[in-house]
Amino acid sequence: MLHCDTLTVVMQIYLPIAEVSVNAFLLLGLGGIVGILSGMFGVGGGFLMTPLLFFIGIPPAVAVATEANQIVASSFSGVLAHFRRRSVDLKMGVVLLIGGLVGAALGVMLFNYLKSMGQVDLLVKLCYVVFLGIIGGLMFIESLNAIRKSRKNSGPVKRKKHNWIHGLPFKMRFRVSGLYISVIPPLIVGLCVGVLAAIMGVGGGFIMVPAMIYLLGMPTKVVVGTSLFQIIFVTAFTTLLHATTNYTVDMALAVLLLIGGVVGAQIGTRIGTKLKAEQLRILLAMMVLTVCGKLAFDLLVMPSELYSLGASGGH
Amino acid sequence: MFIRLITLFSLLSLPLAAEEVVLGMSQDRVAITANFDGSEILLFGAVKRESAIQDDPPLEVVIAVAGPSHPVSVRYKEKKFGIWINTENVEVDAAPSFYAVATSKPFDEVMNHVEDLRYKVSIPRMIRSVGAPMDVQDAQRFPDAVMRIREANGSYQLRENSVIVDQQTLFRTSITMPANLTEGDYVTRIFLTRGGEVVSQFETTIDVRKVGLERWLFNLSREQPLYYGLLSLAIAIAAGWGASAAFRMLRQG
Repeated sequence: MLHCDTLTVVMQIYLPIAEVSVNAFLLLGLGGIVGILSGMFGVGGGFLMTPLLFFIGIPPAVAVATEANQIVASSFSGVLAHFRRRSVDLKMGVVLLIGGLVGAALGVMLFNYLKSMGQVDLLVKLCYVVFLGIIGGLMFIESLNAIRKSRKNSGPVKRKKHNWIHGLPFKMRFRVSGLYISVIPPLIVGLCVGVLAAIMGVGGGFIMVPAMIYLLGMPTKVVVGTSLFQIIFVTAFTTLLHATTNYTVDMALAVLLLIGGVVGAQIGTRIGTKLKAEQLRILLAMMVLTVCGKLAFDLLVMPSELYSLGASGGH
Repeated sequence: MFIRLITLFSLLSLPLAAEEVVLGMSQDRVAITANFDGSEILLFGAVKRESAIQDDPPLEVVIAVAGPSHPVSVRYKEKKFGIWINTENVEVDAAPSFYAVATSKPFDEVMNHVEDLRYKVSIPRMIRSVGAPMDVQDAQRFPDAVMRIREANGSYQLRENSVIVDQQTLFRTSITMPANLTEGDYVTRIFLTRGGEVVSQFETTIDVRKVGLERWLFNLSREQPLYYGLLSLAIAIAAGWGASAAFRMLRQG
């Protein structure tokens, strides 16, 4: 189906589920840019992509569901690499996953309930403002401190090995992580990430990775692989839930974002190795705060049109 | 029997038949393909008549194209706790997803109020809103919002003076359809009027359909959502894995 007009500069593509017409190069480009960033910083990028999709006019419900689908794909090749390096704690991954699946189901239920109330856009955007604000702020402060410390040349900060987490019951041995802890904290971490995945269309790595390091005390080398393992299954489950209850997964949108994303990630990884970690983190923090600021601004400033239209309940 | 009588009466009640529309269209179906970017349909026609042309009042033409009508929920935002939140929600019973009216003169001159009420031609008449809850003040602002929003994004168009009428016999206009069309039968009505009164009416439909891959994907997502979900996961994984494998091979030469 190669018409002449598909070769022109402006290549519009009609997204079958979102039912909007968008420039295909814009989507490829967005996928590419977010891919570069995720390659550079080693993050999933869902928390940047979903708000960007809002900004270009994709309905939030479609953006969230489709982004979940894209994350499955972009995490898949990552987790394979980690399996080859044996840096996945399967047992911990499964515990996190059980929590995650329950969380995703709860999240989709909440999502659908608020959708019927007409408040889902608000919920999604509020979640983004809160989480991007917290994460961006923390990252910004932490990397500023890190830069200051590296100038003073002080030694690395030691992690506390024992905290209240170790007092909880139902202990289990996680051999790969070298841990003997209660299953309750990983279940709760998984659950929270699952809820976020369903509501925000993110993998949740940006919450899970710090939680695994600081809360569960997992060794850094298995953290990324294990979180990717959990993310794949939770986002796949979320995709299916959204596809079967909301019909909001747009395959065409997902594939376009994905192609851009995979290529971008490869380029980003290479750029990332050439920059200093603290500088990278400060850049990422500023970007996260910018997106957060834009979303917050939209919620705070009086919209030009106070009325909005939606399909009425029930198809 | 009754129905026949009624049709007979309704035929008789139209004083017309003296002038009839013969219509042509550049296309009577719009295919929403993967690279669909809106469409322009050329409507042209002639007035068939047995008797001599009546000069006064002159013949005018009104063309209305309406997309499928659906209930729409209209939400109103208010500032609460410092942020803008949807507070009121009113269901507008039926509003076409697309509506274009093209006329040969300003609307007031080509069709009077009574005829507009009877045939429901102008944009406000097309929107049906009866069931606004009692506690909502000034319910009319909700259908008004539908009109305002859809006029702003090109879904509702009132294009006065855009029908060209030649010698009271030939007429033509073009209707621009935006990219965000909904599937369905687009009812196209053509009214011939004289002095604001409808003298003849003609109706046909333009078939707007998703075709090919778009249609297949959309139908699958509604009829077999589980398979659609699994398929989109499979495609996404294959594409992601394939692209990174290809990249690895490229790098290794």
